[in-house]
This record gives sequence, C-alpha cells and structure tokens, in this order.
Amino acid sequence: MKMGVETPSQLVDIKRLPLTQIEELPNGKGVRVGALVRNSDMAEHPLITSRYPVLSQAVLAGASPQLRNLATTGGNLLQRTRCYYFYDPAFPACNKRKPGSGCGALEGFNRIHAILGQSDQCIATHPSDMCVAMAALDAVVRVQGPKGGREIPFADFHRLPGSTPERDTNLVRDELITAVDLPAIPFATRSHYLKVRDRASYAFALVSVAVLLDLNGGQIRSARIALGGVAHKPWRALKAEKELAGKKPDPQAFRLAAEAELADARGYKYNSFKIEMAKRAIVRALTTVAAIA
Amino acid sequence: MTSEFDLRTENDVPSGPIGKTLIFTRTSRRRFLLQVTAAIAAFTLGPRFLALAQAAAAGATKTADLSTHDAVNVHLRINGKDYAIDQLDPRVTVLDLLRERLHLTGSKKGCDHGQCGACTVLINGRRVNSCLTLAVVNDGAEITTIEGLANGEQLHPMQAAFIKHDGFQCGYCTPGQICSAVALVKEGHAKDDAQIREWMSGNICRCGAYTNILAAIKEARDQSGAAVKG
Repeated sequence: MKMGVETPSQLVDIKRLPLTQIEELPNGKGVRVGALVRNSDMAEHPLITSRYPVLSQAVLAGASPQLRNLATTGGNLLQRTRCYYFYDPAFPACNKRKPGSGCGALEGFNRIHAILGQSDQCIATHPSDMCVAMAALDAVVRVQGPKGGREIPFADFHRLPGSTPERDTNLVRDELITAVDLPAIPFATRSHYLKVRDRASYAFALVSVAVLLDLNGGQIRSARIALGGVAHKPWRALKAEKELAGKKPDPQAFRLAAEAELADARGYKYNSFKIEMAKRAIVRALTTVAAIA
Repeated sequence: MTSEFDLRTENDVPSGPIGKTLIFTRTSRRRFLLQVTAAIAAFTLGPRFLALAQAAAAGATKTADLSTHDAVNVHLRINGKDYAIDQLDPRVTVLDLLRERLHLTGSKKGCDHGQCGACTVLINGRRVNSCLTLAVVNDGAEITTIEGLANGEQLHPMQAAFIKHDGFQCGYCTPGQICSAVALVKEGHAKDDAQIREWMSGNICRCGAYTNILAAIKEARDQSGAAVKG
C-alpha cells in the first residue's frame, strides 16, 4: 500500500480476534498455531523449539526482530509473491500487479527470480521463510468462511503463477485464516533450515532449504525437503525426497537427490547461478541434518 | 456519498468468537485509496499491508478533507503520560502521530517502509517499526520512545553508553538503535557479539557506526546484568 500497488477502500482490523494461541492438539495429533500468533512468539515457543526446530529457525531467519514482533502467522502466509517490478507502479509491465501487462523481469534484471515452476507470465518468488518450513512439515491451513471452515493442505495453499499470477493463494474472497496445524512428526526434531542470502542477516533468501530426515539404522526412511527463493510458492522437493528414500545418508546420495530436483530448473540471464546454488544448499542442509544426533 | 467512514465497534457478534472488531468503511472518494476488495483486502494482505494502509495517509493527511465523521479517538500512554487523542485520521501510523501531532520528533522517519529501523519504538514492551502500525489499532497501548528512556536529566545506561562509545555519526538512526538495543537486552538476545549483531540487524546505520554500537550495547548490557537470560 505504501508503494501505491494496493489501494483498498476498506480495512478491517482483526487483531482482537482470539487467534493468538499456540496449543497442543488432542490425542497427540500435533500443534495448532493461531493465525494471530506473532512470529517472534512462535519462534521462541517451547512447543515449536522442542518439536519443530526447523520452523523456529526459519522464522528467526526472516525479517528483523521488530518486524517479527508485528508479523503474524496468517500475515506471513499471505505475503505477496513479488519482485521489484511488482513494487514499482511507475513500471508498466507486471502481470501480477496488472494482469495482461506483461512481465518486466523476464528480460529485465532477474537475479532474485524463480528457477522452478515459473511461467512466462511471472517469475517472482515467494518471500517467506516460515512457509518453507511449514511446507516441509506438511502443515494444514485452517480457514473460516460464511459457509463454515475448511482445511487446506499446505501444498495446495499457495499457487504457481500459470496464467493467473495475480492470484498467490487458493484462499477465496470471504475466507479468513484462523490457524495452521502442524502434524505430529516424531523425526521433526531432526530438522534444519538453511538460508543463503546476500547479507548475513535481514535479507530475502536467494535459496533456502528446510529439511527433515527420518533415519533408521543408517538408512534414510524418508526425507522431507522444501525450497525457498526458487519458485512462486514454497517448493516441496518431492523428486529429491523420492531419490533419498532407502538410501544411506552420504554426500553422493545427497548430490543425486539435489540433481534430480533441479533437473527441470530453468534460469534466466542473471539468476542461473541459483540452480547450482540450490543443489549445494540441499546437500549442505542434508549433511547438517544427518549429523544431528 | 454520505459517509466517508463508518466506524463501528461490534461487541456482540452473533456467530463465532469474534469479540471486539473494528470495521472501517470508506467510499472511493479519495483518489489514493481506490476500490479493490474491501474487507477481504485486509484479510488476504495480512497485517503488514494492513499497517501499510497508512501509506496513503501519510501523504494525504494534509490534503484529505477529513470530516469529523471519519475521525477516531485514541487513547495511548506514551512515556508514562496519558494522551487522549481526539479527531485522529484512522490512517495515521504511530510514527506520524508521534512526530506530526504530538511533536515527539525523537523517533525518526527513515524509509517509512519497515526496512531501516529508525522509527523503532517500544509498544507494550516490544520493539516495533512504528511506521508500520496504525495508531488506531494500538488504542490503549503503552508506548516508549527515545524521549521516555532518560530519568529526568539522568540518561538511560544505553544512551550514556552510545555517547561514551561514539555509537553514531550523523545520529539519525540513533533513537531507533537505542530503543532497539534496550529491547534487545531485555529480551536476553545480547549474549555475545554474533547474537547482538544478528538481533540488531533491523536497525541500519548508513554511517557504519556498527562497531561502536556493538561496544555500547555490550557495556549497557553488562551494567544491566541482563546478559544471560534465556
């Protein structure tokens, strides 16, 4: 709004809704994080730090302490997928800002842009760190509308650009996010968030990786991997996960998994470096997680 | 176009645990805030953008013909003093309220986009970018600005440490740096140099006084004895 990109005629303050709790779900089903829980509170909550360290790390890797004191779960989920062409209304071409106007980034300065799942309509990336961890955790977004509530699996919440890059999520007009449910995952304690960026702190990810590893007697039973900074939405690395199942957790397996995931990646003039960077980040994150006792 | 702003307080919403919710309605008369999707915009855009609503307001308060019908009354406790603010444009941020209306100009407007940290103040004990939060949604809050840290003529230890260690050059980011640093120590995030650097990363110093800021924070931390919380 400060940039004049959004010009709403009406705003509703929802901060007084009772959605500020982090609580355990009954029967050991996991943890529910209210939509209005501040990012700073989530990151340091005992239920999150003890059971989902990857989520705590991801939240703390995002923004600054002041912003995390204002940011909420729901607000973070609904951050616009965007790039600098979106932010500058003086620049005519942005399909996300003005459907049909074109994409300035395709032939422009596209260093921070997407390498996976993009379309010729939009190559912006989703900016959230929190969401990358939630994607790896198979979180569920709970929403409420006039016709009742529904649950949206995390993978279905955000959208790839396709031919409608103006739509970032599958939330519909009259729905409100009330909470995010984190399923119980015993091996989520063996998890890690790696963020690669231009500065040591307070910068968006060029590439980020959230990893959970389920190890059983020197073998990978299953892996959960999600990537940030590479796509229009948090990118679940299913090909890499498939590649890792049943393998020994060694550098060769990690590299093969990374190669598999990035096989379809496509770079542009300024961001092709991200393809190799993503592969190395996956290997490094997996290596870190495998070493967790 | 009878009513520009329809401000209602709903205490009893029949369905669901809604509680007390403020609803702002506005016609599209003001050029800077056109149509878009009304209430849903606030939902789908989230709090950051909600707070950014004031964007337009900052530039517009001078020119918008704000009728008395639009205005809101806000009560805030700032630096230990009660302020009953009448006839406030609901689009005004905490920062603009502090500076333009209350003339507490210690908090600085650097980027006005939540990127630089110069506007950092403490709201209910937490450090936030005051350029990103509307005054009206903070009704009843307790705010501490740089003006509220000293005890009379006695500087806050963090202020004294910044002077002693030359923790600034031009001084523009300093009020935000100091408010942020006070919160940092209270939070227990000042354990070592690396942690201080990380947790002060939301305050940018274009003069590059970081080394001296770090030294100042460490000294104030050691004086406060709050170094090793957490």
